[in-house]
Amino acid sequence: MAQSPAARIAVNGVTYEFDGDVRRSLLDFLRRDLGLTGTKKGCDHGQCGACTVMVNGRRINSCLSLAVMHDGDEVTTIEGLGAADNLSALQKAFVSHDGFQCGYCTPGQICSAAAMMEEIREGWPSFASEDVAGRVHLDDEEIRERMSGNLCRCGAYANILTAIKEVMESGAKP
Amino acid sequence: MKDSYDSPDDRNLLDQTRQGVIGQPLDRPEGRLKVAGQAPYAAEYDRPDCAEGVLVGATITKGRVKAINRDAVLGMPGVLAVFSAPEMLRRAAQGGAGEAPMQDVRQVEFPLQPIALVVAETFEQATHAAKALVVEYDDQSSKAVLVPSPGRAEPAKDPTENGDLEGALKDAAHVVDVTYTTPGHASAAMEPHAAIAEWDGDSLTLHGSLQMVKYNVDELADSVGIPSDRVRIVSAYVGGGFGSKLGISHEAVAATIASRQLGRPVRVVMTRQQVFQAVMRRSETVQRIRLGADSDGRLTALGHEAFVSNLPEESFSEPVLQATQFLYGGENRRLTLNISRINRLTAGSVRAPGEAVGMPALESAMDELAVALHLDPVELRKRNVPDQVPGEGTPYSSRKLVEALDAGARAFGWDRRRPLPCQQREGEWWIGMGMASAARVNILAKAEARVTLRGDGTVLVETDQTDIGTGSYAILGQIAAEMLGQPIERTSVHLGDSLFPQGAGSGGSWAASSTGSAVFRACEAIRAELARGLNCAPDDLQLRDGMAWVEGTEPRPVTDLMDGDIARIGRIEPGELMEKVKQATYGAFFCEVAVNAFTGETRVRRMTGAFGFGRVLNAKTARSQCLGGMVWGIGMALTEELQFDHRDGHLTNHDLAEYHVPVHRDIPEMEVLLIEERDAAASPLQAKGVGELGICGAAGAVANAIYNACGVRLRDFPMTPDKLLADLPDPFAGPT
Repeated sequence: MAQSPAARIAVNGVTYEFDGDVRRSLLDFLRRDLGLTGTKKGCDHGQCGACTVMVNGRRINSCLSLAVMHDGDEVTTIEGLGAADNLSALQKAFVSHDGFQCGYCTPGQICSAAAMMEEIREGWPSFASEDVAGRVHLDDEEIRERMSGNLCRCGAYANILTAIKEVMESGAKP
Repeated sequence: MKDSYDSPDDRNLLDQTRQGVIGQPLDRPEGRLKVAGQAPYAAEYDRPDCAEGVLVGATITKGRVKAINRDAVLGMPGVLAVFSAPEMLRRAAQGGAGEAPMQDVRQVEFPLQPIALVVAETFEQATHAAKALVVEYDDQSSKAVLVPSPGRAEPAKDPTENGDLEGALKDAAHVVDVTYTTPGHASAAMEPHAAIAEWDGDSLTLHGSLQMVKYNVDELADSVGIPSDRVRIVSAYVGGGFGSKLGISHEAVAATIASRQLGRPVRVVMTRQQVFQAVMRRSETVQRIRLGADSDGRLTALGHEAFVSNLPEESFSEPVLQATQFLYGGENRRLTLNISRINRLTAGSVRAPGEAVGMPALESAMDELAVALHLDPVELRKRNVPDQVPGEGTPYSSRKLVEALDAGARAFGWDRRRPLPCQQREGEWWIGMGMASAARVNILAKAEARVTLRGDGTVLVETDQTDIGTGSYAILGQIAAEMLGQPIERTSVHLGDSLFPQGAGSGGSWAASSTGSAVFRACEAIRAELARGLNCAPDDLQLRDGMAWVEGTEPRPVTDLMDGDIARIGRIEPGELMEKVKQATYGAFFCEVAVNAFTGETRVRRMTGAFGFGRVLNAKTARSQCLGGMVWGIGMALTEELQFDHRDGHLTNHDLAEYHVPVHRDIPEMEVLLIEERDAAASPLQAKGVGELGICGAAGAVANAIYNACGVRLRDFPMTPDKLLADLPDPFAGPT
């Protein structure tokens, strides 16, 4: 077998060495090697969004990415946003608006929403945008469209929308 | 006190207590852990030296495994063993089985049925080896039954025959005779089935993702041939179940056998595709519905004849007629349920078995009757609310159907609906409104829970009851805090561990009222103890914020009345009331859709649900349950459908890319009205269940709105654009 490639990956501000199986996904690196099980595996095929994390500030499905590809990257997981005794604004809003039931899609929803808020701030258009070259007019349909990569089988969508809107309108850090 | 609930507890104790937390829309107490990613789900326990197992599925439809070429994969890096033991499951257990389901994993009954487990040091190694495993079969696929055939169906249960259905239909002023079909559905819980098994001598601990721990212990023990008291199951957080985790499944037994052999913990997580292919499906249905009404719209005849399927020897048959039995009148009736045997994965419980598919068909047929009568669909339903269960004479317990219909119609603005189709157009979209009733049987199940009022005044609730997103952590704590007069912050709830007393489990919407009643009764026993300390009758005892008193006396700290912890186990069992009184939950759905005049695409624009399910224990989590059910209804109406290849019977859309559960953009503004109700016949809490009511009829409201929008009456769910296109009116013609 060829020599294992190594990667240095910063996760929530701490740098880790990855020197393992090249087949290991970023998701399994987080869950298995680092014990950061807040990032969930729902499908392992990029279909459900439960594994959403931020890499260099952009949201990705960590199951579709190999750990070895992330040399020099900065990864933020749900654990990096806030802990149970020190919740972020989005995490608090999800609790108070019941933006989840079973909780399994929730870390992915929250990471996805946090990154989405930055995308909107930067003026990225979406399929729901009336004018892809102009200013994004932020309405419910924009948020729904941009969050549609994160499935919730419990059907908490209406509450998730309320939670995200509350944080966006408050201007708080997600 | 007798365990069985035989006569209504009319004291309404929870309306007399003083703490004021019951029913309040409190946040889920475990919510902080969930949003921070700190709630551990089954696969996430860090067990030292844990090996990883990956299941292997059969590549034939029917037959027997002759040989497994182990040696080739045992030489691969990290591979530890290949298991295909007779004890391993070929079918998942049905809900409440309490014994091993079908074993002998080498007997193949449907495509991709698990037949082996490959265990390696890492997940990647095990996955690679599982894909490389070569299996030889005695292939009998040509003998497999691949398509359900109503012609070969057998009666699934005794039919209901009252009066003369054909005669009444002949005499009826208006008749509807229609056949609706619904496809198979998947639970598709977000967390795939997962287990970590670990042996300590002859004792087994399984961290699993399971809904009904007490039954799961017996199922697992029976499967591997050990006494139940040697099995501990921990299922503290469950990433959704919706029926698919009622009974143990392939991963739990495979992990257990591998761990026993290897002498180390073994984790098995099913892939998303395996969950779809192997665990549990909702049966497809064919439903012929015949309705006969007099000129006032009163039902005189009601026929509902349904066909479902399952594997040979499975006792479960999708109980399609469950609500038809009691919802509406019509004294001349025939209700029959027939089942055909087929080589597809096990058919079992998927959220609201029966009503989830029976109600949309019935409610669509009722809409067709309303059209025939030129009668408002809400009014048609109100005219057919029976005084007692037709053909049985059983009285109803509290029933808020009419209230829900009225409140929902008012909130939704039903009076703005145009009775005829094709009346409203916005750009290229036809706009329409539809409604449906909601109904779901209510069940009280046997349950136990332990409540401890500690010497420092804090409260602890313990039961093996699970919380699969339903809100058990929240409501059980609220019941205990309310009954014992302690602030909710001083109450903690520990669930999902078989070391605790046996709750009802999560299924059939019974968890809250059943395990909640056990908590209630444990608290009553503690209250009796406190009352002794105050020399008063238990029901005269006043408790709030840790203080105790009787009217007219000075409050004293509860802790002064105690000599250390007071721990009591509360128990409840279903009793005569389950037989003597028809208990159900009711509601109504109202929905507005837009149907694209050119493409046939349907978008739900808004939806209102009004529901009566007894006392609301937590208005926030109850509302969420209703919302979730309505989301399922939209999925069922528009996108969800298991599709099987008719050549070899395999499931073609076996993942979340191809089986389309609703996404954010599919779900519009939704409104939920909780109707005030107390049902003492249902439970001492006056509460019923709400976990499934929100789906029971919802898809019918969408279907009826599609008809109202564009005049196309589809009778085949889901109502996808391809089915609508052929019958859409001329898109250029505009409103009629």
